[in-house]
Amino acid sequence: MELARKFKIMFSTIPMLGWFLGTLVAVVIEYYWGYDYISYYLGLPKIPVLFGTLIMLKEPIMIPGAIGYDLIVYAIPILLVAKASAFLTNPLAAMLEKLPLWFSVLVHLVFFYAILHLWAGINDYRVLVVKLTLISIILTVSINVINGYQGEFSCSHPGFMALGAYTSSIITLIFFVNDKIFGAALLPPALGPWLFPFALLAGGFAASLGSLLVAIPSFRTRGDYLAIISLAFMFIIKSAIENLHFIGGARGMGGQPDYAPLPIIFIWTMLCLWIVHNFVTSILGKALNTVRDDEAASESMTIKTRKTKMSAFMFGAFWAGVAGGLFAHVITYINPGMFSINRLAEILAMVYFGGLNSIVGSIVGAVSINILGEALRPLELFKWIIIPLILIFVMIFRPYGLISFTEINAKSLLRARHKSDPDNRNQNSENQTNEGRTNEDQVNKELGV
Amino acid sequence: MPALLSVQNMTHYFGGLRAVHNYNLNIEPHQITGLIGPNGAGKTTIFNLITGVYTPTEGSITLENENIKGLETNEIAAKGLGRTFQNLALWRHMNVLDHIRMAHYSQLTYGLLGSFFNSPACRRDEARIKENSYRLLELFDIKQHADQLVTNLPYGAQRRVEMARAMATNPKVLFLDEPTAGMTPDELEQMIQIIRQVHKDFKIAIFLIEHRMKFVMDLCQHIQTLVFGELIAEGQPEEIQNNPEVIEAYLGKEDMS
Repeated sequence: MELARKFKIMFSTIPMLGWFLGTLVAVVIEYYWGYDYISYYLGLPKIPVLFGTLIMLKEPIMIPGAIGYDLIVYAIPILLVAKASAFLTNPLAAMLEKLPLWFSVLVHLVFFYAILHLWAGINDYRVLVVKLTLISIILTVSINVINGYQGEFSCSHPGFMALGAYTSSIITLIFFVNDKIFGAALLPPALGPWLFPFALLAGGFAASLGSLLVAIPSFRTRGDYLAIISLAFMFIIKSAIENLHFIGGARGMGGQPDYAPLPIIFIWTMLCLWIVHNFVTSILGKALNTVRDDEAASESMTIKTRKTKMSAFMFGAFWAGVAGGLFAHVITYINPGMFSINRLAEILAMVYFGGLNSIVGSIVGAVSINILGEALRPLELFKWIIIPLILIFVMIFRPYGLISFTEINAKSLLRARHKSDPDNRNQNSENQTNEGRTNEDQVNKELGV
Repeated sequence: MPALLSVQNMTHYFGGLRAVHNYNLNIEPHQITGLIGPNGAGKTTIFNLITGVYTPTEGSITLENENIKGLETNEIAAKGLGRTFQNLALWRHMNVLDHIRMAHYSQLTYGLLGSFFNSPACRRDEARIKENSYRLLELFDIKQHADQLVTNLPYGAQRRVEMARAMATNPKVLFLDEPTAGMTPDELEQMIQIIRQVHKDFKIAIFLIEHRMKFVMDLCQHIQTLVFGELIAEGQPEEIQNNPEVIEAYLGKEDMS
């Protein structure tokens, strides 16, 4: 414990910029020397794709090598560079603090994307994992709007996703692709990538239109009943698509152009996070919370609860539709079976694991469930025992998920952390723990009741 | 002077049960009116009928000569009927400041798109509302709790949060449903002070349900007594205090034998 505390103090003076710089160095090391030298001398057959987890589970004899690789390539360079560069990154962060927040956030995002791009660029598998994870983030954040902020239990997200995926696929297939269902392309395919955002938006709007079918019953029912209605909606969408033969029916629909490279998905994800964050921190969006906690009181406080519920559903569904569109253009093949109960279980697992009523929680949930799912792949069947077990433990010890009821505070996240103001820093961290404690008290109280 | 809030011949049935019968109310501007009556007399039902939670079966309700019967609860609230609840209806996952902010909902000028993209109008509104919220917090002496979850506050402070929240909707008439239920004598005294201050500072009319006679007699200029959904007496505090029917309803009939 003492060691961990010392460790924490030692690295507490590093701003976000410093960690980014350290990670960048690690990624560059992997990029240039990962294969030729490091993995070669450690006896690994190739660069471990997901921090060596796959190879460790497949061939236990490789465990020391994989751990060594993680240490040499990631842990040591990140810690060293982050610590050593603090004298440089702290003034830089302080300088960025003086500029408008959006600029500082933008700089950090570009930096972060560069790291992600280099890391994923090592092989196609990583690219796919990162893409699917980013799409999962959109899905999780959007269902959090309905299930977390609004407090309903909606099961229709795969249905919304399917609406978005099919709508945007049909648009791109009609306009930009010569294919056997819809015939020759109506527009020059070169325009495709530029007009692709409109296809995605159309997918989103289709999904939010469909969400009205769930939103309107939600005026009258809540809880279990709404869960059943939304589940029914999901199955209706699935079987409707299965029976529509002009879009491929149960065989599915393929041949979508690959319009969703990593940067496009990254931009959409960040856009989604930004808009959802704005929404849920504004009074108009916080109205969702009031409807969840006490609907009668919100009505008496002039809040339009119907409009609020409807906007929550349509908004959540919109982003699910966008995520579906991106998904279709990453996999370049969709069938109705993809948007069924399995997908629902995955989405619900991500949102309840990560944390309700929190964007950070959703990100954590989406990333950890996705990475866990990939990392434990060699265990095959046991994967589906371990992941649910983890979920059960999270539900027992943190009923609202890992990080619940907290919003991103970009300003304090990106601020400079000088050594000169330890009091200030300690105070901040104390405040944070206090907040955490109030939340936990809250949870305990509710469990007691 | 025309009444600010006027209820004429209001009757309401829950299925076959007549909950309220021929109820009349006139609230003048800047008047404190009390509604008393034994448990189950229908006092809270009357609150709910006027504020639009239920729509009365018969009768008319007008606020400043404008019909408000049949409107949605939120529309009625936005027109100027603020209220508190008998069993605190606070939003348990939200902090105190957010409670006050949320009650400004009807005063927002930006729309959904504005909130998605954090438009200038949105930022302006939010800043103005935040400032106003802090002012209210200060007035109700709960500023020090601004960042706390409401469920962590002592009971008296929770009551004050509810009052402050109702005041944030900018009401013309404030409905208080048993504002002192479950309070200690100290807190009661504080509450009387707060209600007096609100009445003075905001120049609003107040309509309150209360059981404690001292409280009602202290505050109200006009008192109504409700028994089984019907008004049995109405008038100045002294009149009510000495009215034999009221005494009977509260204490029971004197046994002559």
